[in-house]
Amino acid sequence: MSELLSMWNHQVILGIAQAAAAVALCLAVVFLCRRFAVHVERETAFSLARGFLQMVAVGMLLAALLHGSLPIAICILVGMTFAAAVTAARRAPGISRPRLLSFCAIAAGGGIAIAVMLATGTLTSDLIVLVPVGSMLIANAMNACAQAMERFRADVMAHVGQIEAGLSLGADPATTVAPYVQSAVYASLLPRLDMLKSLGFVWIPGVMAGMLVSGASPVYAGIFQFIIVAMILSASGIAGLVATLLMRGQAFSSAAQLEFRPGIPDSDVQGKPVLAHHHV
Amino acid sequence: MENRDQVDASPSHGAALASEHLSRVVGEKALVNEISVEVQVGEVLAVVGHSGSGKTSFLRLLNRLDEPTGGIVRFHGRDYRELAPPELRRRIGMVMQAAFLFPGTVAGNVAYGPHQRGQPLTAAQIALLLQRVGLPGYQERDVSNLSGGEAQRVSIARTLANDPEILLLDEPTSALDEDSARRVEDLVLDIIHERRMTCVIVTHNAAQARRVAHRAMVLKFGRLAAIGLTDEVLQDV
Repeated sequence: MSELLSMWNHQVILGIAQAAAAVALCLAVVFLCRRFAVHVERETAFSLARGFLQMVAVGMLLAALLHGSLPIAICILVGMTFAAAVTAARRAPGISRPRLLSFCAIAAGGGIAIAVMLATGTLTSDLIVLVPVGSMLIANAMNACAQAMERFRADVMAHVGQIEAGLSLGADPATTVAPYVQSAVYASLLPRLDMLKSLGFVWIPGVMAGMLVSGASPVYAGIFQFIIVAMILSASGIAGLVATLLMRGQAFSSAAQLEFRPGIPDSDVQGKPVLAHHHV
Repeated sequence: MENRDQVDASPSHGAALASEHLSRVVGEKALVNEISVEVQVGEVLAVVGHSGSGKTSFLRLLNRLDEPTGGIVRFHGRDYRELAPPELRRRIGMVMQAAFLFPGTVAGNVAYGPHQRGQPLTAAQIALLLQRVGLPGYQERDVSNLSGGEAQRVSIARTLANDPEILLLDEPTSALDEDSARRVEDLVLDIIHERRMTCVIVTHNAAQARRVAHRAMVLKFGRLAAIGLTDEVLQDV
C-alpha cells in the first residue's frame, strides 16, 4: 500500500503534465490530418485515453508487485501471453482454434527468449526486471505471430490453383505451400530485422535510454539493448515459424486436400496463365 | 476421330475408373449427387453441363482433390482411398482450366512431378516431352514469357511427365483463344489416341465433346441427367 501511496509524488504529477504535452502534440497532428480529410479523431482520442489508463494501471500493478516472487512474475507473463494470443487470433479468421495456435506460437517465442536470458544471467528473476522485458518479447512475438498467420493465409487463399496444381502432380502438401511458409516467416521477421539494422543510428530504444538516465555505463547500456533487440528478433522468428507451421498443418486434410479455399470450386478461370511462387 | 472407334465403351467389370453413388455436399448444397458411372480402359468420357452443374466438382472427386461425402470411387476395381493421395494423383493426372505454371523455366515445370518422387527426368526425356507437345527447344524459356496456349501445352507436358494411367481434363481450352484452343484440343486428342489413355474431359462445349469423346454424361444440378454415346446424348444440344 505504501508503494501505491508513494506513487503520488511530484514525479507522477510531473509525468501527468508531460503526458498532457504529448497528448497536445498528438491532437495537433490529428487536427492537421483533418485538414487533409483524414478523420482519425475518435480513434486517436479513444486510443490515447485507453493507452494512458492501461499504462497507469500497469504502473500501479508493478508498484504493488514490486517485490513479488518469480512465480508471480511467471503468472503475469502467462497472463500477458494469453492476452497477446487473443489479440493475435483476431488476425486469422476462419482457422480452427486460433487462440490456442497463437498461444503456442507466442509462448514458444517469448518463453525460449526469456529462458535464454535468464540462463545467461542477462535477466534477473526479479519481477520488476522480468515483467517489463518479458512483455517486450511477448508483444513482439504477438506481432510476428499475427503477421505470419495473416500473410500465410492470404498467400494460400491467393494461390489455391497453384497449390492444387502441385497436389495434382503428386507433390506432398508441405512442398506445395513451402513458398508461402517462407514468405510468411520472412514477413514476420522483416520489421524486427529493420529494427536491428537501425539500432543506434535511427533510434535509441527505451531500455537503453532508461539505463543512461539512471546512470548506467553507456557501453553496457548499449550492449544490453542490443541483447534485448536480438532476443526480440529470436522470439519473433520462433513465434512466426511456429504459427506458420501450425497453420500449415491446418491447411490440409489428412487426405492431402487443401482446406483453406475461398469458396466452392466449379468456377470459371479465364485469361492468361497464373504463376505460382514455387521456383523450379 | 480414329480413337473414338477403337474402344468398346459398354459398361463392364474392367472399368479403369468407376464412381458409385458418388456425392459431395457442402453446407446445404449437393455439388455432386449420387453419381454412378464407369470409364473403361482407353475410353474418353465427356462431362457436359451448364456452369454450376457440378462438372468440375465431379472431376475433383475423381483424383481426390476433394473428399466425397458419400459413395466411393474405384480405380481399377480398388477403393481409391487405399492409395496414398500423392500416388493416386500421379496415376490419375489432371490438367486444369488455367496452366498454373510454377515460376522458372519450362524444363523445371515439366520435371516437377517426377522430381517430387525422387525420379528426376533426364534432359532427353524433357526434350522429348516438349517435342511431343509442340514446344521443341523451349526448355530454358521462362514461363512468364509464354502465351496462354504455350502455357497450357507445358501444363499438359508436365502432367504427362508423371506417366498417368488416366487423364482428367478440366476445360483445358476454355481459357484460350479460338485458334490456340483448337490446337490444344488436337494435341490432346493425338496424345490420348497415341497412348490409348483413359480420359475424362469436362467441357461446356458440345461440339468439342463430339469431337473428342466416345461417351458423354450430362450433369444438371449435380445429378446425372443422361449418359450414353456422345452423338446420341448430345444430339439435341
